[in-house]
Amino acid sequence: MSYLKIDHAGKTFPASGGRENVVLQDVRLDIAKGEFVSVIGHSGCGKSTLLNMIAGLTETTSGGIILEGREVNAPGPDRAVVFQNHSLLPWLSVYDNVKMGVQKVFGRTKTKAERHDWIMQNLDLVQMGHAAHKRPGELSGGMKQRVGIARALAMEPKLLLLDEPFGALDALTRAHLQDAVMEIHARLGNTMIMITHDVDEAVLLADRIVMLTNGPAATVGEVLEVPLARPRDRIRLASHPDYVRAREAVLRFLYERHRFVEAAE
Amino acid sequence: MTVTALKRPAAAAPAPRPAATVHTIPRPRSGGARLKRVGQAALTHVLPPVLVVAALLGLWQLLLAQGGAALPSPVEIWQQSGDLILQPFYVAGTQDMGLGWRVLTSLERVGIGFGLAAFVGIAIGAVIGQSVWLMRGVDPLFQVLRTVPPLAWLPISLAAFMDSRPSAIFVIFITAIWPVIINTAAGVRAIPQDYRNVAAVLRLSPLEFFWKIMVPAAAPYIFSGLRIGVGLAWLAIVAAEMLTGGVGIGFFIWDAWNSSMLTDIFVALLYIGATGFALDRLVAFIGAKVSRGTTV
Repeated sequence: MSYLKIDHAGKTFPASGGRENVVLQDVRLDIAKGEFVSVIGHSGCGKSTLLNMIAGLTETTSGGIILEGREVNAPGPDRAVVFQNHSLLPWLSVYDNVKMGVQKVFGRTKTKAERHDWIMQNLDLVQMGHAAHKRPGELSGGMKQRVGIARALAMEPKLLLLDEPFGALDALTRAHLQDAVMEIHARLGNTMIMITHDVDEAVLLADRIVMLTNGPAATVGEVLEVPLARPRDRIRLASHPDYVRAREAVLRFLYERHRFVEAAE
Repeated sequence: MTVTALKRPAAAAPAPRPAATVHTIPRPRSGGARLKRVGQAALTHVLPPVLVVAALLGLWQLLLAQGGAALPSPVEIWQQSGDLILQPFYVAGTQDMGLGWRVLTSLERVGIGFGLAAFVGIAIGAVIGQSVWLMRGVDPLFQVLRTVPPLAWLPISLAAFMDSRPSAIFVIFITAIWPVIINTAAGVRAIPQDYRNVAAVLRLSPLEFFWKIMVPAAAPYIFSGLRIGVGLAWLAIVAAEMLTGGVGIGFFIWDAWNSSMLTDIFVALLYIGATGFALDRLVAFIGAKVSRGTTV
């Protein structure tokens, strides 16, 4: 039995004039524990809606999502989200941002000293321990996203959901954060689902790449296994035949079979 | 910037640098130089208002010094009411005391009325801001009520409370509450969906959401509402006290008018202006402290 089961899930928004706007339809996906799955598709295809449905932030209108045998119908700290624009609370220090989640999840099970150690441990994991008492406004974009990851990890979630977390970052910073995420995945073995529109990012990080067709009524078009051994090194992989093949497959899917048609928007 | 910071923990000891040219660090500025800078800043900021005020006082003196003028000149004010300026805290009888005491009495009323308005206003605003339906429902009502002048409320509150003291406080309350409600509601509505998502993922209770997300996120809005509110409250107290009597600064003006002490009224205006200014700055200062970081 799979760890996370997305079972014929769909999302429909009511549109004007009594019509319905079908965003996602009949999404079927089984994800194993410890797996890293990338979800890729053109903008507007409903990638983020899918992630929000798994997070419980958006209700599914048909089908269902089952995590460890329980249906997902509300958000919770067992499915931590790393938001696209980091969403750190600007009036709290880095430490307090992480603490808020830790307080909520471990408020009863850990002592104060243990919670402190746990917060610092997670900040150190993303190499942000040195900035614990800074405010988000004092950090660069990459650093904020690191803190966002630490905040999510510190809740010890069953699922880590990453919603285009590095989309707004420059290429160099993005590469560093991708390495950091791979390292964390290797060390902690979390189950991770990452939304992205970056083909290289999808291939480099994922065990499987889920490709969504174009909306409206988007669904899973193809699932690609990425048979690359870990740890992965971006420089050595650049010319690796399996990497190149996987990359080509995703590119073909996106640009040949499911060309983004702007007029349809 | 990020990249260097990221590299640091991974990289071992930094490679030995080639011998670099040695720069001498400039010595810290001497105390005299700093004093000079402070003096210059004071000169550029203090001198203009002082000169303008002096010029206006001079003009005023010039225009009203001739005999038969209806209003007193600055010199007359100083001669007849100078003691009110010099001794704000004397007490010589129930209606004969320094203006400092009167201002404090008025401030106490404003404190109670405005404090209630802030408390109730933020609470109502927080509830209204959560619901689009409620916002639509009450907004026209609030927009109409907030334009009602403070004194128009006075007869109603006198009728309701049958006593001048709670009536004055109620007038403050009802005057100051509208901007607080309206701004708080706007601030709550402006809370980004991201923060709501964070709260949802953490499963914050409504009370936790209020204290941990809503209040800090809406703080800049709330405080601009409070700032408008305190200004209105101070406007209202003077008017209310003129009618209700008692010890406050408003009644002092009415009293001075009845006993033809025009110069005293001018001094009282000075006190009222200075106090209103101080109140505004105080709320702005607290707001800046509390919402530090929110706007980043």
